Amino acid sequence: MPDMAEPILAADGTPLKKKLGQALFRSRLSAFGLVVPLLAFVVVSFIVPIIALLWQGVYDKRFAVLMPNTSAALSDWSGVSEPTEEMYSALVADLVVARKEKTIGRVATRVNRELSGMRSLFTSTARKAAELEAPYKDALIAVQKTWGELETWQAMKIASRVYTPGYLLASLDFKLNADGSIVRQDENRRIHVKLFLRTLEISMVVTIACLLLGYPIAYLLASLPLRTSNLLLVLVLLPFWTSLLVRTTAWIAMLQSQGIMNDLFVAFGVTSDDDRFSLIYNKTGSLIAMTHILLPFMILPLFSVMKAIPPSYVRAAKSMGASDWTAFWRVYFPQSVAGIGAGVLLVFILAIGYYITPALVGGQDGQMISNIIDFHMRKSLNWNLAAAIGLVLLVIVLLLFWVYDRVVGIDNIKLG
Amino acid sequence: MQKSYDGKSLVVKDLNLAIGRGEFLTLLGPSGSGKTTCLMMLAGFETATHGDIFLAGRPINNIPPHKRGIGMVFQNYALFPHMTVGENLSFPLEVRKLGKAEREEKVRTALDMVKMDGFEKRRPSQLSGGQQQRVALARALVFEPDLVLMDEPLGALDKQLREHMQFEIKHLHERLGITVVYVTHDQSEALTMSDRIAVFNDGVIQQLSNPDDLYERPENAFVAQFIGENNRLTGTVEQRNGKIVSIALDDGSKSKALAVNCGGQGSRTVLSIRPERVVLGWENESNTTLGEVLELTYLGDHIRYRMKVHGNPDFVLRLPNTSEHAKLTVGETAKISWNIDDCRALDI
Ligand SMILES: Nc1ncnc2c1ncn2[C@@H]1O[C@H](COP(=O)(O)OP(=O)(O)O)[C@@H](O)[C@H]1O
Ligand SMILES: [Mg+2]
Repeated sequence: MPDMAEPILAADGTPLKKKLGQALFRSRLSAFGLVVPLLAFVVVSFIVPIIALLWQGVYDKRFAVLMPNTSAALSDWSGVSEPTEEMYSALVADLVVARKEKTIGRVATRVNRELSGMRSLFTSTARKAAELEAPYKDALIAVQKTWGELETWQAMKIASRVYTPGYLLASLDFKLNADGSIVRQDENRRIHVKLFLRTLEISMVVTIACLLLGYPIAYLLASLPLRTSNLLLVLVLLPFWTSLLVRTTAWIAMLQSQGIMNDLFVAFGVTSDDDRFSLIYNKTGSLIAMTHILLPFMILPLFSVMKAIPPSYVRAAKSMGASDWTAFWRVYFPQSVAGIGAGVLLVFILAIGYYITPALVGGQDGQMISNIIDFHMRKSLNWNLAAAIGLVLLVIVLLLFWVYDRVVGIDNIKLG
Repeated sequence: MQKSYDGKSLVVKDLNLAIGRGEFLTLLGPSGSGKTTCLMMLAGFETATHGDIFLAGRPINNIPPHKRGIGMVFQNYALFPHMTVGENLSFPLEVRKLGKAEREEKVRTALDMVKMDGFEKRRPSQLSGGQQQRVALARALVFEPDLVLMDEPLGALDKQLREHMQFEIKHLHERLGITVVYVTHDQSEALTMSDRIAVFNDGVIQQLSNPDDLYERPENAFVAQFIGENNRLTGTVEQRNGKIVSIALDDGSKSKALAVNCGGQGSRTVLSIRPERVVLGWENESNTTLGEVLELTYLGDHIRYRMKVHGNPDFVLRLPNTSEHAKLTVGETAKISWNIDDCRALDI
């Protein structure tokens, strides 16, 4: 037996461990070389942009950069006392520069997010800023009475923070005050939490519906002979061959009040002609269309896991006296759990970020959180808020992932 | 019974078999000959296309598998991977609604029986192939079925373990007095274990008899060829004298053989002679000839000679490696002979 204290030596006298490391290094190097292009691509085109975007959810230097004097003055201000003459003069100086540099619009937009009405106040005042004379406090208040109000200055103080929890708080329906305190949004402006909850609800319902519909299909496919099951699998995959847009539009034709489903309901007397179901442009529409579109993502992992379960297990169970149901429930089902895990996770994560389908068929109450992100990205151009909502969504998904790992175990997942 | 999967061809063509209580019957045949299909029909996982199955006088064609009470050992053991060994064994008892104490008692007895006590808490994946095999055996026996079916249960084990397990299964069968229907494609396994062997080919039982009859008195060319090593000489029947036939071999020479399964005068036949029944020298006057040694294989306890005899270059001789026997060399021509009783004229 080799002495444990003494390292084993290779034939040329170097320690075996080092020798092995050297031998493996080359193969590791070439393996790494093979993944470098993809790694670089993923980092440059995926990870960096995502981090950069999410970063905007907590980082906004616009006001601080464009209004440097005001920002410096505001940082010394408590937020509750009367604004001083230095603050007013700093503001006028910054406004003059901003007007000249044509950056005033961006500043106005930024402050307007904290307090509505600020946009026009800033742009109109900036036009006259160059002609104002000291004392600036009175001059500004003469231009617009709003300049004398505490609220205006508090909005600017919040906007001047470079690292700000404001957007994150906003995406959770909270508001940051100038004195640093956090309060809930006014009742009628709380929309995000409701949307997050609805998104979770829709995702869960869609996932459960996919599981209930997909499990029997996968089971059937897995128990059929290979030729037949391959043919049917093509049918399952058929939807992938048409664009998502076309499929979603097809659902409009199916589900609208003068559509095929409602015509059938009327024809079979389920409902009367002037009392047709509203199956689309609401949550029902989102649920139906999303379930249809995400179903293959449930069936495929289930199928591949079920296909790998040897039929001899169920036979063995039956030979030991188990009825069909017992054999299924005690022997087959536990072995298909890995596929359920994969399918559920896949569908849920796809569903939670879905937005085209809800946008097209969701109406008002079928909208999901991604639709709001989309709105802020393209309409209101409030990228910071969009990033913050995205960040919250990411955290929620990771949290659910963690819970899932705790409950089911992530290594129980099998895609085939 | 008959069985067809596709409606075009019969996988099992004509199965008519009575199995005695307490018997160890083996279905032996090449791969694809329909052995598993027969077993599955017996267990109820395949329906017979035609014919009836009786168990203890009761027709069981329409009884679902889980009510037949037949134990089964599968080729890959089919131990449930998500259950421990103990849970696997307790499964058939649970579905029979036995109490906890009784279950534990029976599981322990069954594991004792296959010398696997103390492994209750292990998962099947933590066992070696031989251990898994034992657990599968215990699981098929734990609910005390009268009939146990085994489908190539030792196929995945290495040779030494396989031989060891053959004896253990045999002993268990003798001790418990159960009826066993055993499927294998390994003839030596069938010969060592069985009371009776049914040789299968092409969906038909070629011969059903005990091991020594099967080896020493094969009834057709397939069985002679499939079981053990066999020398074949083809020829035409010249004359039939009761049990003895005279044969004109294809190289022109004459020979005499036991008429087992050959036609009358003028019909083609194949003579089957076991390699160990051929002797050196011309002491037996009936069938004597010369053979040229083509190849010599040293096998320790005996030596295998491949010779050219009556035009057949694959004629094998098997001589014990003892001091009395002169050793032949390659290229040498030797006098050889065999008894009429050891030379069987079979169908072609
Ligand atoms: N489920 C099935 N469907 C169609 N053909 C089958 C099926 N099972 C077996 N066969 C065919 O029946 C024949 C006999 O198979 P099998 O009983 O498994 O033979 P063995 O067990 O002797 O190797 C084979 O030709 C096989 O291809
Ligand atoms: Mg088989």
